[in-house]
Amino acid sequence: MSPSREPGRADRAGRRRGVVLWALAAFPLVLVGGLIWVVFSSDLADAMRGEGYPPVEELVFQRVSLRPDGIVATVLNDGPDPVTIAQVQVDDAYWSFSADSSATLARLGRTTLTIPYPWVHGDTHVLRLVTSTGVTFDHEIAVAVETPRPSVWSFGIFTLIGLYVGVIPVAIGLMWRPFVSRASRTAVDFLLALTIGLLLFLLIESGHEGLEAASLAPSSFQAVALFVFSALAAFVGLEMVAAWLRARRRDAGASVGQGWILALLVATGIGLHNFGEGLAIGAAFALGEATFGLVLIVGFALHNTTEGLAIVAPLAREPVRVSQLMGLGALAGAPTIAGTWVGGLIYSPIWSVLFLAVGAGAIAQVVVQLARQIAGEQSIAQHVATAPVAGGLFAGVVVMYVTGLIVG
Amino acid sequence: MAQIKNSSDPKTKRWSRRAWLRLAGLGSLSGGAALASRSLAAGQADPVAASTPDRLGSGMGPVGRVSTESFDPTRFLRTWNFSDLPVDTRAQFYRETPEADGTTLREYELFAVDREIEIAPGVFFPAWTYNGQVPGPTIRATAGDHLRINFVNQGSHPHTLHFHGWHPPGMDGSLRPHQVMPGDSFLYEFDAEPFGLHLYHCHANPLKRHVHKGLYGTFIVDPPSPRPPADELVIVMNAFDTNFDADNEVYAANTVAGFYMQEPIGVRVGQLVRMYLVNLTEFDLINSLHLHGMFFDVVRTGTSLKASESTDTIMLCQGERAILETTFRYPGDFMFHAHQSEFAELGWMGLFRAEGNRVT
Repeated sequence: MSPSREPGRADRAGRRRGVVLWALAAFPLVLVGGLIWVVFSSDLADAMRGEGYPPVEELVFQRVSLRPDGIVATVLNDGPDPVTIAQVQVDDAYWSFSADSSATLARLGRTTLTIPYPWVHGDTHVLRLVTSTGVTFDHEIAVAVETPRPSVWSFGIFTLIGLYVGVIPVAIGLMWRPFVSRASRTAVDFLLALTIGLLLFLLIESGHEGLEAASLAPSSFQAVALFVFSALAAFVGLEMVAAWLRARRRDAGASVGQGWILALLVATGIGLHNFGEGLAIGAAFALGEATFGLVLIVGFALHNTTEGLAIVAPLAREPVRVSQLMGLGALAGAPTIAGTWVGGLIYSPIWSVLFLAVGAGAIAQVVVQLARQIAGEQSIAQHVATAPVAGGLFAGVVVMYVTGLIVG
Repeated sequence: MAQIKNSSDPKTKRWSRRAWLRLAGLGSLSGGAALASRSLAAGQADPVAASTPDRLGSGMGPVGRVSTESFDPTRFLRTWNFSDLPVDTRAQFYRETPEADGTTLREYELFAVDREIEIAPGVFFPAWTYNGQVPGPTIRATAGDHLRINFVNQGSHPHTLHFHGWHPPGMDGSLRPHQVMPGDSFLYEFDAEPFGLHLYHCHANPLKRHVHKGLYGTFIVDPPSPRPPADELVIVMNAFDTNFDADNEVYAANTVAGFYMQEPIGVRVGQLVRMYLVNLTEFDLINSLHLHGMFFDVVRTGTSLKASESTDTIMLCQGERAILETTFRYPGDFMFHAHQSEFAELGWMGLFRAEGNRVT
């Protein structure tokens, strides 16, 4: 009997099949739930490691700020067992402190300690937490300076830093536009390849800095995986945006050039990267880890100026209005300012990891887009073998490396 | 200890040299920015002034109080031969029997036991103890007395009693045959000689660990003709390495960090005060005691009836000890502490509170 003749029965049978399917899917989950219940209710962990085994204690400092009335530290329990902060030492002296919540922290529990310590401007201080079992956790304040608090003044300072490091150098780089638009086909290929070289260098740098930040983040956050998958997500996300932009261009009858889309993507990628960079800069400045040196401004200017070139290179054959260029410059440079704000005022390493990852993913996507554009119909491998492209790639990496040397 | 984080691990260094220099660039930028925005920053006070909160440093010292239920440093000061226990309980640990020649037979029951002790408010140390306390019970005899000490090892490692003073080699508690295994016991028997201020400690290997875990105590041998009457105090300078990095986190007089700051030692103006000061600090070569506003007479190792010097600061090596005598001239609080400021700020600091009228 065919089901179509008896729809009611077929529906019921279908529903039954659905229920069975769900039950089959849920069955292992129920078993896992049971397993978890058994583990928790039988004190299995204690049985395995024996009674009276010392707890595994792990505290991480999330943020330490210096205020006129003392030191404020936010601490997270990154270990499996509860930890009680019994005493606090500053520079090898026991000091009074207050905790904003209980000084006993459950796993991933967090508390903020306020320590009325007369810290000394410009000195190094070492904070040491002593737990109830006598285990100690240290944090060094390398150079004590008052942590900026949200105020017109601190916003102003961070904005200035962002302007110098991000916005101005990128804007200067955009001034290559008239040159780029008059260059030959070979020269444009060279410049595009140079851009890829620059971006590859930034990609490696983002990867390095992101993983370095990941090593500082609490291990519970699995920051390396977070970095890799955030980067992948950014990559895929930008691919989707690019595809959407191209589709729109087709629908609109090609009123927007391929080069414009590329430039937009490059600017977005660099902007995301610069946000991550600004974050790290603002945080270091806020943590009192910034010192003074004039030569290095020059290095920064050179290093980041090349980012402007990377944006205008894809626009070689397309008409661009000055306002559009300014928009691209703002897209690439202004996030540095936002980054320094966030980093300086509400920093934690995990933010650095996230934003450096997004920046890395974005840059990787831009590299792929640019490579596609240069190659056109040819395979990328074939195209790389030509003199202008290979030379451009090499030159891009060298420029970044040399300007990087000046920065340090 | 499962997870001991060595904070000076270079791997945890926050910034690479490159990152540092890079930031240095920023520093100069912000410096310029600060100059540029000086008018904006007019509201910001001088950074030095702004960065010195609480110049009095009144927040110094551990937070909270320890429980004195199982060990009371105040009671420990004036206790020897279990004198703080009720008569019947005391007899379980200490008995004295006069002998024909005028000396006394003194019998002790000492046992080693693992015990967690509170060394600073909320900080618990997995100690090895004599009779459940650190320092161990103070043993006091007169020169020539006969000592019989039954030692039971209830701990988890071999332990011994090693007394400073005259005794036959078999009573030394140091060499391989002298080790008392967990569950075993040993009867130490010797005469209390020479008179002076001595100590006892465990001499099992590794020695350093057995000492810093808490197996030590004071051994006073009074001269045949007693010293002048005085308010007598036992003060053991000790320290604890809570994270087992061969460096002490807690320093104290009589175990509890900063205890006598919270509970000053009460003394009388004009009355002779005699301190039996013993240094049992492990890891640090020396320790010291400095008394504010007063001087004291020193009898090193207590082996003389005459003071050798008058000072306000005395330095003692590990295992060294001295009898200090002073008479407080003024009523009020007198600080005493290690003159190694680091030790002082890590807990070895206290107060004498002298009461009574000023003596002229």
